Amino acid sequence: MPVISVKDLKKTYVVGDIQVHALRGVSVDVEPGEFLCVTGPSGSGKSTFMHILGCLDKPTSGKYILDGQDVSRMSRDDLAKVRNHRIGFVFQGFNLLSRTSAIENVELPLLYSRDQIKGSDRHKRARAALEIVGLLERSHHHPNQLSGGQQQRVAIARALINNPSILLADEPTGNLDSRTSIEVMDVFQRLNIERGITILLITHEHDIAEYGTRTIAFRDGHIVRDETNTHRRMAKDELAALPPPEVNGGSDSPMALKKKSAPRGAAAGTAGS
Amino acid sequence: MMRLLMILRVALKALNRNKMRTTLTMLGMIIGVAAVIAMVALGKGAQKSIEDQIKSAGTNIINVMSGNFMSMGVRMGSGASNTLTVEDANAIKQMVPGAQYVAAGVSTRNQIIAGNQNWQTRIQGTDVEFPMIRSWGMKYGTFFSTQDITSATKVVVLGSLVATNLFGEEVDPTGQIVRIKNQPFKVVGVLESKGSGTGFEDQDDTAMVPYTTAQKKLMGIQHIQNITVSASSPTTVATTAEAITELLRTRHKIMPGDTDDFMVRTLEEMAAMRTETTRTMTALLAGIAGVSLLVGGIGIMNIMLVSVTERTREIGLRMAIGARSSDVLMQFLVEAVVLSLFGGGIGIALGFGISWGVTEFLTWPTTISTDAVALAFGFSAVIGIFFGFYPATKAAKLDPIEALRFE
Repeated sequence: MPVISVKDLKKTYVVGDIQVHALRGVSVDVEPGEFLCVTGPSGSGKSTFMHILGCLDKPTSGKYILDGQDVSRMSRDDLAKVRNHRIGFVFQGFNLLSRTSAIENVELPLLYSRDQIKGSDRHKRARAALEIVGLLERSHHHPNQLSGGQQQRVAIARALINNPSILLADEPTGNLDSRTSIEVMDVFQRLNIERGITILLITHEHDIAEYGTRTIAFRDGHIVRDETNTHRRMAKDELAALPPPEVNGGSDSPMALKKKSAPRGAAAGTAGS
Repeated sequence: MMRLLMILRVALKALNRNKMRTTLTMLGMIIGVAAVIAMVALGKGAQKSIEDQIKSAGTNIINVMSGNFMSMGVRMGSGASNTLTVEDANAIKQMVPGAQYVAAGVSTRNQIIAGNQNWQTRIQGTDVEFPMIRSWGMKYGTFFSTQDITSATKVVVLGSLVATNLFGEEVDPTGQIVRIKNQPFKVVGVLESKGSGTGFEDQDDTAMVPYTTAQKKLMGIQHIQNITVSASSPTTVATTAEAITELLRTRHKIMPGDTDDFMVRTLEEMAAMRTETTRTMTALLAGIAGVSLLVGGIGIMNIMLVSVTERTREIGLRMAIGARSSDVLMQFLVEAVVLSLFGGGIGIALGFGISWGVTEFLTWPTTISTDAVALAFGFSAVIGIFFGFYPATKAAKLDPIEALRFE
């Protein structure tokens, strides 16, 4: 069963007297464990598509079935619940709370969980999520004490904390230099390969899209291309080939995903299958 | 409950992130609440000291004064009538059961001369029971006697201020001769000091002579100007005053429906009037202080609005990771309420401090009223909710997509 099933999705905005057709009937299925990259020029509808998949927006018509549940007609509060429990968001601008430690940033989604989670449990889960992205020893640093790559990894840990079905990343490497971009892509690839987490990633850079297993391209509200990547780029191999970074190599270097020590609750197993 | 605690923690953290701004915003509330409490404390203090003074004068005193007198359509005003007589005073004494002591009185102002000193004061012509009514003891000598009344002897009892001014401090002038209106008066005693009384005049600035002496030797009148009565207990003041009114109306042959030619006043009534005045003052001061509380509230609203705009992306993020509109609403509302309640709390402490300081250093009496504290605290909570609500709603209504894009 696909984790995401979208049928004839349409979205029309009304701006003044003009109707803007952002999506003109999009259908796509995403299977568990896929690493789907969404590309397209600005105005192609890819952002609208991601907002609807992320339950931040509702389609004008069409169906969106997430994990076997129709979420296209849900109320605002129910959508908030879906976002909290089933979707992990990673943004281009990291969107970490300033003057707040990494671990508190990671814990944030648990504050809005509909299940009451004790403070000690929140802490444990946040630590586990930070360990997955290799930033456990930086858990009490504030965002301004972390590099861009580290900040994005904190954001990924935050997205993982509620053990979501899908991870939605909107231009996650847009604010990063090329080496850090590869490092962040390495984190995504490991989560995808080693933990089987379904990832949807928006990017307008074609080389970034090559890290995924499948690429769909948008143009004028339609999917114009949908193909499986035959020559998938592997971030791990590329990093090994690069010269080691000069400064703070230790914690910035690609980390191993320690499967044994990862406790239950934080991104364990294939979500949504 | 746990949810509320969580929201409270989030709010405290957010406020903690910008300490300077939080402090300045709270300052508005602090000043407002402190001002309200200090002002009300001052007002209540003044009120209480007036009440205490009136109590010290004796709460069971009834004053009968000669009233309005109308002559061919011309109304002469209070005190103008000369219908009040010694017989009226005697009748009250004999026929009103609640009247314990009765003293007929007249009053004039004259110069008193002693040796090379002189002093103008109020000369009260009164009866022997007057010290009992006012529970006024003697410092030196004795009060004049019934004998002095009947024979209109030229004797005088000086108030302590007058005695000091004429003879010097701590000097017993008993037996000395003073001159009033060129007539020699023998000083028989000096009254205890009572301090300033119910009004603004000094009670000790007086001299007392038998009313008969005052009538015949000083004023040349037959009638009396006032009768001071003490009721047997404070609870019977009202009924006694009524009985006196009834008796005097009958004696003065005043038809039902006509106005009295005398006035009956109890000290309680006067106290009530004075208290009313201070209460008005207190309300006025509290009102002005209340305005600053309102301004403090507007300050909170202003800062919350800025905060919502500034934290638009944060709000978007919180919504994206699962916060409902109600969560965001609560967060900002709780922030505003925490601001105002903390400010209110500190303001109460400051208000206590100011009141204490005013009493300690300016020796103005203050009374902290629990009402004012409760009111100020409750009001600051209400202000937090009221002024926090609009910004919080604004935050809760944000569209997460727009909010996340906000620069």
